[in-house]
Amino acid sequence: MSAGAVGRAYPRLEGPAKVTGTARYAVEYPVDGVSYGWAVPSAVVRGRITRVDTAQALASPGVLAVLHHGNAPRLTPGPQTELWLLQEPAVHYRGQYVAVVVATSLEAAREGARLVHIDYDTGPHSTVLTDDHPGLYKPDHVNPSYPTDTAEGDFDAGYAAAPVRVDATYRTPAYHNNPMEPHATTAQWRDGRLLVHDSNQGASSVQATLAELFALPAESVRVVAQHVGGGFGSKGYAKAAVVLAALAARHVDRPVKLALTRQQLFGPIGYRTPTIQRVRLAADTDGRLTAICHDAISQTSTIQEFAEQTAVYTRSMYAAPHRRTTHRLVRLDVPTPFWMRAPGECPGAYALESAMDELAVAAGIDPVELRIRNDTDVDPDQGRAFTSRNLVACLREGAQRFGWAGRDPSPRSRRDGRWLIGTGVAGSSYPARSRPSSATATARPDGSFLVQVNATDIGTGARTAMWQVAADALGVPPERVEIRIGDSALPTAPVAGGSMGTSSWSWAVIRAAQALREKLRDGGPPTGEVTAEADTTEEVGGQPALPRYAYGAQFVEVRVDADTGEVRLNRMLGVFAAGRVVNPTTARSQLIGGMTMGLSMALHEEGLLDERYGDWVNHDLATYHITGCADVESIEAYWLDERDDELNPAGVKGIGEIGIVGAAAAVANAVHHATGVRVRELPIRLDKLIGLSDLA
Amino acid sequence: MKAFRYHRPANVAEAVAVLAAEPQAAYLGGGTNLVDLMKLGVQRPDVLVDVTRLPLDTVEELPDGGLRIGATVRNSDLAAHPVVRRAYPVLARALLAAASGQLRNMATTGGNLLQRTRCVYFQDTGKACNKREPGSGCAALHGQNRDLAVLDWSEQCVATHPSDLAVALAALDTVVEVHEADGPRDIPIAEFYRSPGTHPERETTVARGALITAVRLPPLPAARRSTYLKVRDRASFAFAAGSVAAVLDLDGDVVRDVRLAYGAVAHRPWRAYRAEEALRGRPFSPELAARAADAELAEARPLRHNGFKLPLTRAITVRALTELASS
Repeated sequence: MSAGAVGRAYPRLEGPAKVTGTARYAVEYPVDGVSYGWAVPSAVVRGRITRVDTAQALASPGVLAVLHHGNAPRLTPGPQTELWLLQEPAVHYRGQYVAVVVATSLEAAREGARLVHIDYDTGPHSTVLTDDHPGLYKPDHVNPSYPTDTAEGDFDAGYAAAPVRVDATYRTPAYHNNPMEPHATTAQWRDGRLLVHDSNQGASSVQATLAELFALPAESVRVVAQHVGGGFGSKGYAKAAVVLAALAARHVDRPVKLALTRQQLFGPIGYRTPTIQRVRLAADTDGRLTAICHDAISQTSTIQEFAEQTAVYTRSMYAAPHRRTTHRLVRLDVPTPFWMRAPGECPGAYALESAMDELAVAAGIDPVELRIRNDTDVDPDQGRAFTSRNLVACLREGAQRFGWAGRDPSPRSRRDGRWLIGTGVAGSSYPARSRPSSATATARPDGSFLVQVNATDIGTGARTAMWQVAADALGVPPERVEIRIGDSALPTAPVAGGSMGTSSWSWAVIRAAQALREKLRDGGPPTGEVTAEADTTEEVGGQPALPRYAYGAQFVEVRVDADTGEVRLNRMLGVFAAGRVVNPTTARSQLIGGMTMGLSMALHEEGLLDERYGDWVNHDLATYHITGCADVESIEAYWLDERDDELNPAGVKGIGEIGIVGAAAAVANAVHHATGVRVRELPIRLDKLIGLSDLA
Repeated sequence: MKAFRYHRPANVAEAVAVLAAEPQAAYLGGGTNLVDLMKLGVQRPDVLVDVTRLPLDTVEELPDGGLRIGATVRNSDLAAHPVVRRAYPVLARALLAAASGQLRNMATTGGNLLQRTRCVYFQDTGKACNKREPGSGCAALHGQNRDLAVLDWSEQCVATHPSDLAVALAALDTVVEVHEADGPRDIPIAEFYRSPGTHPERETTVARGALITAVRLPPLPAARRSTYLKVRDRASFAFAAGSVAAVLDLDGDVVRDVRLAYGAVAHRPWRAYRAEEALRGRPFSPELAARAADAELAEARPLRHNGFKLPLTRAITVRALTELASS
């Protein structure tokens, strides 16, 4: 590729439209004759609907219809049991959608929903994850297709023989994705064809799912997702909103808009599973790891297995001769957990990177140095060399920028008035993968180019990044390129998820541009439009299976009020090695966004489940706290120049998730350094630290 | 949500008359709490009587040195008022510690005093709550109750009052001016709020339909040395995990007068009379402040998840008074 647009800090192409309010989100498209759907959640945890009384709702002004299992259009069963909505009387968890009210206004639909009376037969339920739950079992594999357990060497013997050992159990609660835009859909049926404007992370994937559920050929379903107000994984697959809107629109034979409420985001859309993680580390007196074991417990629902890959991070991060990882699950009467930014790696790294800090204390070794000593060029899991691994470079650069040198390792060694000051570090890693994608590139007679790929911009800057990549691949200034994304009518592309969007889409865009240039070279200047297509299925599938990872180092300085236990961050600094950075402006946003989300996980977020009701009671943003700007005074993200030719044509590793990995551990480690208190159950709230001073 | 009518009265008497005639009417101030509760189905008024255009939006200095604050004065305006900032810093600080800039621009003085508890069970019509639905039970008592009361709760209700402003006003011996169907009435703030007892659905001592027209601060020169300390689970935009409003008047190092009120501990803003008694007439020290807080909290009954509120309230009592003593 020619030097040019990639690497330059272009502002987002859609920025002006967003800040002036003209960018349209899923339920903002004007539609003639539109009606409004309101999803009705079940009021019981586990049971069976015995009667649905819709009379009062139907008599309410403006109400057009009430859909439920008794009258809703039939769906074709598929692998996503969570989407098998309004098809049967069974209730599998509290909050499962059991009806939809459609009305001529949003308010009328909401009032109608209140007037739907549903009777249930109920049974006993179990909704709380414990490490001695009788339902603990070993899944066949963990997400997406990793072995459930791994073992190398003899962990028990290695652990028993070591002079320095750590055995600690860490707990994380349920975390709930709260994108600014909720899951929302405008659905329209025309001549047996379905058009949805939907808030999701991948219109091609949603198109395929809808086609399957409604037994339609894919070309009869069109999914448009031009602008998406965040997803963080929760929109990585079709979810209830789009299915309910499509069912309702078919039932009333009118367009339907349906958006979930903030309260409804706590449960049925999925959430990060709570975890219970035991980590055992053993080392020699120089801090070289000899044995590593990570046992992770998490939950799934009774209707669909979701086996989060919590301990997979530990398989490749640090080397040791004796290693073991295990995953166990419990099926609870809860909504199915789902993806949340760095599923698996994020909670797993919290546990391992916390345990590494405990090991550093136990061994009397600086925690940066401990990680450097346990670096490895060869993936301990695959036994092959990493295509690139710049963990140590990130740690060194971060330590230098942060001012780590000379740190007194003793807890409670720094104080500023009533504040106890501490610093912490953690490593970070996330796989760099690619999926097959397709794209087209078109030359127009006026000298401009059109590049099309069904990428999704969930606020990340993906549209702008693809535009930059396309310009360089075409060898023209970006001003001559038009980029189109966010529509299943465009060439099929994978979801914006798993930090694979940019690598996958850019691969197809580059190949399409190269093919177009070939065509143009052969044919001379075009008189009409010339289009070239690319599909990377074969090329991506044929890529050798090498260990490809991005790395990072997270540094945090906290202050803890010695009287009240309040924790605030003075600063947070991350250094990342993630291949080539396409756009420094949007990359920085991704990285500090991930770091902020990790800080939020460390200090604030916690789904509080009430076992009697079987759901999370703090289901709004006033009671489920997300970090605010005032909680951290400075966040800085840096990255290293990194070239890795074994990745993909653009040389990118993806940056959507690496920023959150390790962040919570760095905060927890800093809190320990400040206070001497090791909080092993997140979030680290003031009640776990109160009364550190003598006169409280 | 339930359809409602909207009425904009020409004067206070008309507003009160509408409420008297309409059993399901509610006053609308900034709407920052009521509108949310209407969407959730927790409150379902037939009529909203918008009082924000009534001439109740002024702050008036009184001849006796006190201050009358109109009921529709917005929180932001009140916090920025020069007399409030100078003479009653505790009030300005309490206001600025609350909510967000956007909410403070909307929220009114009267509405703030009447906001409802943020107990999660109250706000969810799918859960038992005696305050929302008398007789349905209190799910919070044995549920997730970290944010709830440690003092003066009943088996029927363990909710806390969420206001910061009300805590400051409690410390200042504020008089609440209300207009009821039979005319105006003054009520000391100490008598304005009720304990939950067996009727947690009744939160104040005024008749249904009464309109707060103003709050009146008595002259209190000592309030120039006053503060509000609020501890939250995050640094901004959160209800209090604990809060204290404090006024301290020292004669040398002896406590001549002191006013203390706590937030986040009870169904109402909690005036800490016992702590005041323990402080008054004695030489000030942080240890004395700690003992005073202990005296106030001696009868506290923490719930399963909120025992931390006792050391927290004690800690902020010590800090607030110590800061005032050394200022």
